[in-house]
Amino acid sequence: MSVTPEDIEKVALLARLSISESELPEVTERFSKVLDLVDELNTINTDGVVPMSNPHDMTQRLRADTVTSHNAREALMASAPAQDSGYFLVPKVID
Amino acid sequence: MPDSDVLSASVSTLQRMLSARTISSEELVNTYLGQIEAENEALNAVITLCREQALTDARAADHILSRGEGNPLTGIPLLHKDIFCTQGVRTTCGSHMLETFEPAYDATVVAKLKAAGTVTLGKCNMDEFAMGSSNETSYFGAVKNPWDLNCVPGGSSGGSAAALAAGFAPLVTGTDTGGSIRQPASLCGITGLKPTYGRVSRLGIIAFASSLDQAGPMARSAEDCAHMLTAMSGIDAGDSTSADRAVPDFAAALNGEIEGLRIGIPREYFNEALNPDVQERIMAALSLLEKAGARLIDIDLPHTHYAIATYYVIAPAEASANLARYDGVRFGHRCDAPIDLEDLYLRSRSEGFGEEVQRRILVGTYALSSGFYDAYFNKAQQVRRIIAEDFHRAFETVDVIAGPSAPNVAFQRGAKQQDPVAMYMEDIYTLAVNLAGLPGLSTPAGLINGMPVGLQLIGKAFDETTILNTAHRLQQDTDWHTIRPNFGAFQS
Repeated sequence: MSVTPEDIEKVALLARLSISESELPEVTERFSKVLDLVDELNTINTDGVVPMSNPHDMTQRLRADTVTSHNAREALMASAPAQDSGYFLVPKVID
Repeated sequence: MPDSDVLSASVSTLQRMLSARTISSEELVNTYLGQIEAENEALNAVITLCREQALTDARAADHILSRGEGNPLTGIPLLHKDIFCTQGVRTTCGSHMLETFEPAYDATVVAKLKAAGTVTLGKCNMDEFAMGSSNETSYFGAVKNPWDLNCVPGGSSGGSAAALAAGFAPLVTGTDTGGSIRQPASLCGITGLKPTYGRVSRLGIIAFASSLDQAGPMARSAEDCAHMLTAMSGIDAGDSTSADRAVPDFAAALNGEIEGLRIGIPREYFNEALNPDVQERIMAALSLLEKAGARLIDIDLPHTHYAIATYYVIAPAEASANLARYDGVRFGHRCDAPIDLEDLYLRSRSEGFGEEVQRRILVGTYALSSGFYDAYFNKAQQVRRIIAEDFHRAFETVDVIAGPSAPNVAFQRGAKQQDPVAMYMEDIYTLAVNLAGLPGLSTPAGLINGMPVGLQLIGKAFDETTILNTAHRLQQDTDWHTIRPNFGAFQS
């Protein structure tokens, strides 16, 4: 199945990636190649096969609801590109 | 001992020298750092050096050794792939997105190897976010193969593989989501092991595809890998997918005895994609194993062909979810002067991620999007089970599965950069092993026109011991793993 530049623009928006007009044809072409590759999956019968999300079919382990790590707020906040008084800064969201 | 001998020595040799006090860890660290400083410019394999900390840690190790204490890795230098979080040391994942990121904690693998006494020399270059098979997608530039500087080292752990082959360290870490340890190990002539999914904690490893990612050792021999794997493995409360399995002493189990071992040879791996010269080397290695007592048995893995399509839905889908965290807010690259939140997200991500990473995010987002989820993601997860069942069926009659690690020897830089699908084909023999969660290793199988070939050995889940022992036997019977590239200190 081939995709159109419009499809790519829609997916790019969902993924929060911006693709310039000049890049769009090439991105579309290379994306289509990958899609052609994965479309091979349609040639195999999977009726009744349970999807595998973990190679050992493991389920999540539960743990006791106890504190296991210390507050590392300052160390973690140190990586934030813009911050003030312990808050992450973003452009104004509400007028 | 001349520097070139130290630089090509195995961990057990180095450990004997350290224990006998004929060399100190500090001297070792200085020798390796000197080698990196002299030769790295030609390879671009190392992107961060930790000189001061390494010397401090080496002196601490020497103190332990002087008391006659320590373990097999005390005072041994190593390099980490730059995907492992290292506290206070920048961790880039080969991306502009994380160019200045300094983690607040160590990955469990880093902490465990530190606790085992190793000394971290620095961090290795890699394909951006581990997405690539040639180490050409790194924001920090392509890595070169020490066997031929015009060729790629493989990827994504290509910086690690090239560094080890060039004598920059006796041990390096790698991660493998679809072949990223085994394929570069093959192309650089070293031994590399991807453990069973869950064997090694993923805490602090920058996530690519969480149901496939595993960290593993890369070294000069199966024995060295075994020492390192023992130190890296084990259940971790910080990774709920780490397996609650006892960790054997992998090195102690190596006896080279393979009498009666049943080795399955999948017909599907010897197809038209395989370079005939590589096939010849693989068959030569297999016949040596047969002479050592193993039985070669033809088997079928009938859905091998679908592994690439399956992988290139599942891995990008998981990546698109994992990489959603890079929003320009909490950590990582942030664009200048965003006009609103949408602009902040769009520009931070588009500026921060390279082309291949963006392509995989797009593919993954598409596969997970409304209307396509069943056709792609769900379907791929179903085919994943069919592929895994091929292996389970095969392992009812064999103990190990063997074949090539990669279809070719190292190729020229730029040769496959324009065609993502041609690049994906590089991992045709490794991807299925990740989908099934099995352990796999690559061990050297000789040279073709001076370029290394790798034999892949695939084991049952949690049976790394048997594939390590099989490789160990081959390494006792051949000198393929001791051949060094004509580069740097090894130049003749």
